[in-house]
Amino acid sequence: MGMTMTEKIFAKHAGLDQVTPGQLIKCKVDVVLGNDITAPPAIQEFDRIGKPVFDKDKIVLVPDHFVPNKDIKSAEQSKTMRLFARKHRITHYFEVGRMGIEHVLLPEMGLVAPGEVIIGADSHTCTYGAVGTFATGVGSTDMGAAMATGETWFKVPSSIKVELTGSLPKWVCGKDLILTLIGMIGVDGARYQSLEFTGSGVGNLSMTDRLTISNMAIEAGAKNGIFPVDAVTMEYITGRVSKAYEVVEADADAVYERVIAIDLSALTPVVAMPHLPENVRSINKVPDIKIDQVVIGSCTNGRIEDLAEAAGILENRNVHEDVRLIIIPGSQAVYLEAMKRGYVETFIKAGGVVSTPTCGPCLGGYMGILAAGERAVATTNRNFRGRMGHVDSEVYLSGPAVAAASAVMGRISAPWEVTK
Amino acid sequence: MICQGKVWRYGDNVDTDVIIPARYLNTANPKELAQHCMEDIDTTFASNVQAGDIMVADRNFGCGSSREHAPVAIKESGITCVVAGSFARIFYRNAINIGLPLIELGEEVKKIKAGHVLRIDLAQGILENTSTGQVFNVQPLPGFIRDIAQSGGLINYIKEAQI
Repeated sequence: MGMTMTEKIFAKHAGLDQVTPGQLIKCKVDVVLGNDITAPPAIQEFDRIGKPVFDKDKIVLVPDHFVPNKDIKSAEQSKTMRLFARKHRITHYFEVGRMGIEHVLLPEMGLVAPGEVIIGADSHTCTYGAVGTFATGVGSTDMGAAMATGETWFKVPSSIKVELTGSLPKWVCGKDLILTLIGMIGVDGARYQSLEFTGSGVGNLSMTDRLTISNMAIEAGAKNGIFPVDAVTMEYITGRVSKAYEVVEADADAVYERVIAIDLSALTPVVAMPHLPENVRSINKVPDIKIDQVVIGSCTNGRIEDLAEAAGILENRNVHEDVRLIIIPGSQAVYLEAMKRGYVETFIKAGGVVSTPTCGPCLGGYMGILAAGERAVATTNRNFRGRMGHVDSEVYLSGPAVAAASAVMGRISAPWEVTK
Repeated sequence: MICQGKVWRYGDNVDTDVIIPARYLNTANPKELAQHCMEDIDTTFASNVQAGDIMVADRNFGCGSSREHAPVAIKESGITCVVAGSFARIFYRNAINIGLPLIELGEEVKKIKAGHVLRIDLAQGILENTSTGQVFNVQPLPGFIRDIAQSGGLINYIKEAQI
């Protein structure tokens, strides 16, 4: 029987010829990731096992959630991770000043490659599926155990094939595709399943769009969201990935539980209304909603192409007087490139602030917390109740173009309302 | 293990951000986390939950963030078992890994209401609603997941395997 991409990767890492959905397996991991929130409890569990790290080159530690430290307790958590990295001589520890938001940083640094099994104590670890690898979020105990053993356990997921055709129209981005899909199937529509993106439309999606799409697979409840490896992937990883890897393709007779067809050409910019990512509406059907804040950045949309989209709209325009615009480049490299291209100047002249890379406001940590009754348009990934601050605040999710246009207009707006 | 306790009842898609908001994630101390458990959707929970109580919800419990702080906060608050229509996958494995018992009940969960008292025999796979007299059969955990649960969590399971 044929296997999907995920099944093939699992079989190889479990030392089996074949795996089938529902099967419990133990398999080797190629990368174990943690951050300043999840690594401290993982280190505590790791210490209970009493073994050395399985491979100091395969553990990646990134302080990104509450750094530069927002308070004393956060500083203690970062310190715990930093001291662990030094003690165990972890190769890929990224200090403030060299870090980025983990899911922007790891692909950029070439630390994720096709055909791998990657676990991270962060739910958006699924981002790396964009480069044709199996990647999924786990908890701190899983991370701590894997740092000692180099292994983890999985239930092999069944797969949903998402067949893409056409190409994205102007102002429509990967965020609009994944939100549209979540709107179609719901926040548990792919629960325990793998989303496998295929079809002739894949070749028309940039790596940035793919990273955004895989990033939000978790918002459909999926275990992972994986893309085939093609010329776009190879162009992206060439010069970044220096380790050996093996490209995996789905078999022609692989079995999928469900097939969903999406014509990219028919998509429009969309917004996910509070308080679930599945509350998706086309921008044309969003009523007049005044906003207080716009956040452009995050592991979902903090890459240079995302900032380019926002800068294109904000150039020679002003942020609405009632709006705070917060721009967060996803890594130091993205920040530097945005400076070189003049985007940072564009954002500041428009009346926005530009922050150091951090997850900060996305999860209501710091750097843009909402008061009661306030509304934000954000290019982040979750709009749960209280996610960005007060329990009575609201988050509207969108791509960078809608977010930038909304910052100018002071209400949720389509990009073409600004640029016409 | 047998547990018996009062039901705290919640709906669909209870996410880990409301189980323990990120503003409290500057610590991983279970006692501190438990003080704020569920507060964004239920301000009465943390101060009134009794040791032995049972949390019951509908679909997709624990969706969102991978923070293990969520099952840790629930466990530390005194909840002995979470019963739901279905669970989000990361929450499910986190709960197993830290030794917080879970029961997936599908649509049957709708028959359990706030304030009911449940009696759960995990070893026998029996959940009894003592308020209504209804008895539900619980599917046993599959394969080595059951072994992890019986060891009280993943780290104990790994340590036992080393011996």
